[in-house]
Amino acid sequence: MYRQQEKPVMQQTMRKFDTLCDIIDRFDRDPAKLISILQAVQAEYRYLPKEALAYIATSLNLPPARVFGVATFYAHFALEPKGKYVIHVCDGTACHVKNSQGLVNAIQKKLGLTTDKNTTEDLLFTLETVSCLGACGLAPVLVINEDVHGMMTPQKCVEALDKIIEREAQQ
Amino acid sequence: MNTSVMTDRPGLKEASDIFQQRISRVEHRIVICAGTGCVAGGALAVRDAFVRELTALGLEVATNLHADGALDSDKPISVYLSKSGCQGFCQMGPLVTLEPEGILYTRVTPEDVPEIVDVSLVKKSVVERLLYRHPQTGEQCKGKDTIPFYQRQERRVLKECGMLDPGDLYEYINHGGYEAARRALCDISDADICNEILQSGLRGRGGGGFPTGRKWDLTRIQPGDQKYVICNGDEGDPGAFMDRSVMEGNPHAVIEGMVIAAKAIGAQEGYIYVRMEYPLAIRRLQEAMDQAREFGALGENIFNSGFSFELHIMEGAGAFVCGEETALIASIEGKRGMPMPKPPFPAQSGLWGKPTLINNVETLASVPLILRYGPEQFRAQGTEKSPGTKTFALTGHVANTGLIEVPFGATLREIVYEIGGGVTDNAGNVTDRPFKAVQIGGPSGGCLVAEHLDLPLDFDSLGSVGAMVGSGGLVVMNDQTCMISVARFFMQFARNESCGKCVLCREGTRQMLALLDDIIAGEGTLETLEILEQTAEAVKIGSLCGLGKTAPNPVLSTLRYFRKEYEAHVIDKHCPAGVCPALCTPVIIDELCTGCGLCKRKCPVEAISGERKEVHHIDQEKCIKCGVCLESCRFDAIVQGAAQ
Repeated sequence: MYRQQEKPVMQQTMRKFDTLCDIIDRFDRDPAKLISILQAVQAEYRYLPKEALAYIATSLNLPPARVFGVATFYAHFALEPKGKYVIHVCDGTACHVKNSQGLVNAIQKKLGLTTDKNTTEDLLFTLETVSCLGACGLAPVLVINEDVHGMMTPQKCVEALDKIIEREAQQ
Repeated sequence: MNTSVMTDRPGLKEASDIFQQRISRVEHRIVICAGTGCVAGGALAVRDAFVRELTALGLEVATNLHADGALDSDKPISVYLSKSGCQGFCQMGPLVTLEPEGILYTRVTPEDVPEIVDVSLVKKSVVERLLYRHPQTGEQCKGKDTIPFYQRQERRVLKECGMLDPGDLYEYINHGGYEAARRALCDISDADICNEILQSGLRGRGGGGFPTGRKWDLTRIQPGDQKYVICNGDEGDPGAFMDRSVMEGNPHAVIEGMVIAAKAIGAQEGYIYVRMEYPLAIRRLQEAMDQAREFGALGENIFNSGFSFELHIMEGAGAFVCGEETALIASIEGKRGMPMPKPPFPAQSGLWGKPTLINNVETLASVPLILRYGPEQFRAQGTEKSPGTKTFALTGHVANTGLIEVPFGATLREIVYEIGGGVTDNAGNVTDRPFKAVQIGGPSGGCLVAEHLDLPLDFDSLGSVGAMVGSGGLVVMNDQTCMISVARFFMQFARNESCGKCVLCREGTRQMLALLDDIIAGEGTLETLEILEQTAEAVKIGSLCGLGKTAPNPVLSTLRYFRKEYEAHVIDKHCPAGVCPALCTPVIIDELCTGCGLCKRKCPVEAISGERKEVHHIDQEKCIKCGVCLESCRFDAIVQGAAQ
């Protein structure tokens, strides 16, 4: 009842912590499950918001430094928002010798990204490289969210991106 | 679960009978490879096309024999459309096998499906254009037994991977699955299990090669009620995907191996640690665990033996160092994955300070085979000190990339030329391009060169030449590969993945990378090589865990076998392979130049001259080696030549 009387912004924040609480409860408020909790939180928000990390630390009775330490150690965790489409370009040995760098260059050029800036302003795309996707027979490979694209060329990368941009523009 | 349900469960024999009853009603079985490579190549679309095409013909199609209920009749099933795990021949995917005819179709697209159905199922003939063609003789190969890629292999661990439906527990049982677990739980003592594994001579497939039986026995004799089994599926080496294929293709073998291991050491709880980059492996393992639990092969009171074992999946979060066992344990405990000094070994004090057994995926998947067929049969393959078979991920400049399994003691020549089908050029065609090197064991391994082609591959022989089996990535490289670039690639990987605990690893990998960059940029001297070598040795000595200890290996081994190439880079300022842009000069091949003038227009420093429709020329004095002309030429008339 009382929540309805709160300001809308507050409501949003409350809801955010409700979701967080649900996730933490799902993992039994167990500090040992910190990594799984962070994964679930990131799946929800596409990144780890700072206030969420502090909230998790308090809930699990852990020092915030411990939680930040874990969040910054693992490559999967992002402290900045990631794009709706995460592009993983495989830079495993097989892809590397078959010019995966050319794909990275083409995508960076197309989306106006650099090594330091890997997410587009509109939060549509994030570009990352991974060490091996295990599809070496199809090198060079990239994955957009869960879709694997094999035997890619810089040209095909641009086409795939154009398709997504077009689809998004229609929605 | 209450007891009445438990007694209703089928036993191993009944489960096997149920499967046989179901499969006997199947007239045709079409197996579609659903490994990562084939799925990326469109295998699922092929499967959908089969369903559409067969249903349109009014045929009875089953896609899942494990689903209960609907299938329990005597009605014949015209076609059983099943998935398999990775069949290994990724280069030729998507693969479609027809049983009982034994026909293997390669590179199948959804458009080929109507023809396959019409020719093979209706007219009982063969679609010849989809058969594998022997690259040298041009001969068509109808089934796996006639394809050299498969003929030369000895598939043990991978056999079930490419045959069984990973989602069908009963098929695994029908193939002899879980019998080894039942025997371990009900018939023999814990010490006997360890003894059988010890007798088999099985050595850890994760890279180290420690005798698995010894590791089990060490953990078994530790005091304490609470012990853990961990399956290390954090396969992070770039260029390796064996463990992924096993987890995706035969998840029950991994689970069965873990149940046996748990009984042997007296553990009640276990974890499978899987990379988050392997979502399909996680899904299939989860499914298989649910099935095994329901069947009574996992969980409480397994096979009514009184022994209980609970299994969890832990998803990694992207850290290569977590493949190291103490780091992996820290990660399961919810901490940063940083290695700890050993001793104490995990066998003494591992997860939560309790005795813990950590084995690699392939090791655990080998365990049921040893208990099923006996240690002698396992020893019949491989060498005296390295018995059994080993899976390798074969990639790079080789005609048949994919997943292979050979007995230890096989030579590199057999792998590269007979199974791999020979060395290719950069465009992927088999030519007479010479073999240059193989990088084995990823960023921790070293390279093998032409003189090692006839060296029998096993744990000890590889160690003696400065390489290691590692997890089993084999990357073949032709003479167009620059070894300094390769060393740099691995060093960059090691620098990124160093956890930062040991100063020498953290700073040393950074320094080595900078030195390699200098060499590639043409700024290196002989002194650079000396410092590089010293740094490499220092990092090797001064690091705590395997990552740091082995990170310098690619540098040391390329320095050992390709010193001349390094010297060419630093003394002659020349990259013999024509890869490092700063050390190459573009040269126009007169015969191929059409005089279109494109390169001339693109050149940012006006170094190219020539009249229209006449051969152009590059002024090496002006050239800044940016490579724009190389990319722009449409006639391949510009190549990286030797620097003057």
